[in-house]
Amino acid sequence: MSGKHREISVAEFFEKNKHILGYSNPAKAIITVVKEAVDNALDACEEAGILPDIFVRISKVDDHFKIVVEDNGPGIPREQIPKVFGKLLYGSRFHEIRQSRGQQGIGISAAVLYAQLTTGKPATVISKTPDEDRAKKVVLYINTKKNEPEIVEEGEEEWYLPSGTKIELEVAGNYVRERKQSVYEYLRETSVINPHAKITFVEPDGTINEFKRVTDDIPQPPKSIKPHPHGIELGTLMSMLKSTRATTLRRFLKEEFVRVGEKIADDVLRKAGFSGDETPQEMGRDDAAKLLNAFRQTDFLPPPTDCLSPIGEAMIAKSLMAEFQPEFVYAVTRKPKVYSGHPFLVEVGLAYGGEIKSEKVTLLRYANKIPLLYQQGGCALTKAVESVNWKSYGMVQNRGELPSAPAVILIHLASTNIPYTSESKESVAAIPEIIDETRLALQEVGRRLKEYLERKSRQQKKKKKEEMIGKVLPLIAKKVCEILEKEPLEIDRIVARIMGYLHVERIVEERDGVKVVTIRVSNFTRSKKSIKLYEMCSGNVEADGAKVSGSGYSTVTWSLEVKPDEEVEVSYRLKGRIINKNPLVEGVEEDLLSGAEVMNFA
Amino acid sequence: MKEIERRCLRALIGIVQNIYDQMKAGQVPELHIATRTKYNIEFNEESEVWVYGDRKSVRSAKTVKGAYRILKMTYVIGFLKEQLNLNKSSTLRELYYISEGWGAAKFEEQPESDRLVEDLEILTNFQREHFHIRPEEDGATVIGPLRVREETRRGVREIHCQDDVGEGGYQIPVNVDKIEFVDHDAKFVIAIETGGMRDRLVENGFDEKYDAIIVHLKGQPARSTRRLLRRLNTELNLPVVVFTDGDPWSYRIFASVAYGSIKSAHLSEYLATPAAQFVGIRPTDIVKYDLPADKLTEEDIKALNAILTDPRFDSEFWKKEVNLQLEINKKSEQQALAKYGLDYVTDVYLPERLSELGVI
Repeated sequence: MSGKHREISVAEFFEKNKHILGYSNPAKAIITVVKEAVDNALDACEEAGILPDIFVRISKVDDHFKIVVEDNGPGIPREQIPKVFGKLLYGSRFHEIRQSRGQQGIGISAAVLYAQLTTGKPATVISKTPDEDRAKKVVLYINTKKNEPEIVEEGEEEWYLPSGTKIELEVAGNYVRERKQSVYEYLRETSVINPHAKITFVEPDGTINEFKRVTDDIPQPPKSIKPHPHGIELGTLMSMLKSTRATTLRRFLKEEFVRVGEKIADDVLRKAGFSGDETPQEMGRDDAAKLLNAFRQTDFLPPPTDCLSPIGEAMIAKSLMAEFQPEFVYAVTRKPKVYSGHPFLVEVGLAYGGEIKSEKVTLLRYANKIPLLYQQGGCALTKAVESVNWKSYGMVQNRGELPSAPAVILIHLASTNIPYTSESKESVAAIPEIIDETRLALQEVGRRLKEYLERKSRQQKKKKKEEMIGKVLPLIAKKVCEILEKEPLEIDRIVARIMGYLHVERIVEERDGVKVVTIRVSNFTRSKKSIKLYEMCSGNVEADGAKVSGSGYSTVTWSLEVKPDEEVEVSYRLKGRIINKNPLVEGVEEDLLSGAEVMNFA
Repeated sequence: MKEIERRCLRALIGIVQNIYDQMKAGQVPELHIATRTKYNIEFNEESEVWVYGDRKSVRSAKTVKGAYRILKMTYVIGFLKEQLNLNKSSTLRELYYISEGWGAAKFEEQPESDRLVEDLEILTNFQREHFHIRPEEDGATVIGPLRVREETRRGVREIHCQDDVGEGGYQIPVNVDKIEFVDHDAKFVIAIETGGMRDRLVENGFDEKYDAIIVHLKGQPARSTRRLLRRLNTELNLPVVVFTDGDPWSYRIFASVAYGSIKSAHLSEYLATPAAQFVGIRPTDIVKYDLPADKLTEEDIKALNAILTDPRFDSEFWKKEVNLQLEINKKSEQQALAKYGLDYVTDVYLPERLSELGVI
């Protein structure tokens, strides 16, 4: 900065940018404070390969709120604590290109600053790394003139876990619940997208909410990649030039970017009018602009996409199942794609029915595993849902609106650079590639839903028909016999014929103390059935074409093949009694069988 | 039990026996019954009326709907068996209410039970009267130079349909075959759709002046009314003309008198009067007499188009008239003739039309 410019204080910076930082109103401020602390905890656990166990408590203190967030993460070394919590724009990942929750190193220190500005109270941080015996406690303010931490108290404390971090802040704000934009909803949605995390949340009134861990699999931490020439902005390029260790422009290009080799570097340098021997640290804004222009005129391979970390289809399905207890769930993870040099991928999950009773679809939007609670209407992910014709997938929908159905739709956009519509990072911009991918994923889950609903309705119809026929036919038989004054009619066979069953009848005739048993198998299904038929008998059995085994009790087994509309009869002679109530059959599903039972070996 | 009733009961039981036999053989019971749509009626050259063709619909217990139909039919037959054995009778409406106690076999609405009785008529070739089922519809009224003899519960009565009746006329009994025509001075029979027009003709003394028997159709005519018209035509050799409003619904009234109705084509030979002629109101009359008219509704247009594909109306006359009506997009009531005064219909319109038709 030149001397003429007055250096602005961080307090002023905060005041001017509080809408960007998430503190535009008292209700949102509390959510933002919790969000910054929880995001940090999740990121830290993910990097350290620890299953996160996060505790959040909000309590009322005087006329403001005390927020405590505690995790079992790797902990922060004592010397780093002041900078992480007490200095804005401090962060280890400022120049890294990767999919991560926070990105600017401003989140948690902005929360500390907000607390300090609204209540005048310092932040208390207690953290223990596995190497330390006791946890270190630091109480600090941010010096708003110098943007430097000011420690007011420090000490040591016992910690009951190998490592972890706890932060306590006192903030002015407005605690709300029972709506989309609330701490509760934020934590719930966070739990859905982080099924490996356990989150416990104590509300000001003492209510304890537990969001359970659904899996013990820790997601792979996203890999960082070097920037892609098509994904870089002028400001970033300028600071990269300043801070690179490369001594020449040619080496800078080859070392600091992906997809730039010797040939491509030559190509870029020629287009930009540079020799390649320039010193990067000495290049100014105009030079950077020339370079950027040359990037745009050059074709590069798309960036590698293995740096993205999806939740995964199975995990999304499992998580939705655990949180919402639907009757149907399906998830799709699309292959990574690229927009303007940035890799991205889209995941969509759909949970339907069951315990979900809402009339309109609930939409859960996530960007790099962070729930987006605000600006749903203006978000490209919402637009993508609205633009799909859900009617053709069996949901009610007014044109261009979210469908009306007891369902939850989850959309996760993962990218090294989420294209937000504004600095407040609440909604995704309408990038055609992202909308296309989202629509394709939505359509796929839609098709699966349709298949499910059709299968369900077919089954219901069949069941209803079975009930009706099962009720009406006996009534007809009864009435007919009553009018004709005849003995009751046997109708199981007719029901089997109507319903398309494999029907088994056992006819027993007794002659001179010998039972002659005939079993008739009628195949009213549409396919050939290869079955095994069993009878259990005590006494003396004679059966042609059957296997008779066992002593004392005999098992008679026939192997039969019955074509559709065919009838097969077998018979045996028995001096003794039949043990099983109905013949036993193996090789036919229970719901296609009548007059017999499915053989159960258990 | 009379012999005809015995035969009728045998036929009804036969339906049940057929269902029993199918079920006994392990078959899904089904019934075949003539399809009752306009696509399955054909002209019988001999009797000159429209009867059902060879198309059959299958009612099978394979479907839930078909199973219920068969169930309800067995219950109705069971009821009729008992009724015939006890020599009792009931009305169509009573039958509908009786089904209240039948559980799953209960009828949803009266048209359903009415239709089932018609099914039984078709299946057995008997009429509902033989089942001891009566309609509650009161038959139409008759006024004109005709003397009838009716068997009533209080003995045999002889009635002259002009001298012995008030302005309301003689009420036709439900079973028209119980009356006998003694003598008459009539030259023709005129059947009229609306009560207002029938009263106008009576008040103007049309029956006396033209020796006409005036029969009130009361909208879509009951079976008894149609049976009477047929008997007047075939037994007394009197020409029958039909006078209705000028709209598609009224043409259907004429068709059911002259050609037989689609719903009861199995009885056409008993109910239809093929020699009946249509007086009007014709669409031609709306134009010719410049009658006050209403625009056709969408339903009217649909009904007119349906008439164009109805085999009973497959004649030059109806094609010309229906197409004209669609073209002028108008319909008129009988009473529109009052535009030219209350006597116009009896003094001008009817004499003109009837002489065109060769009736007077």
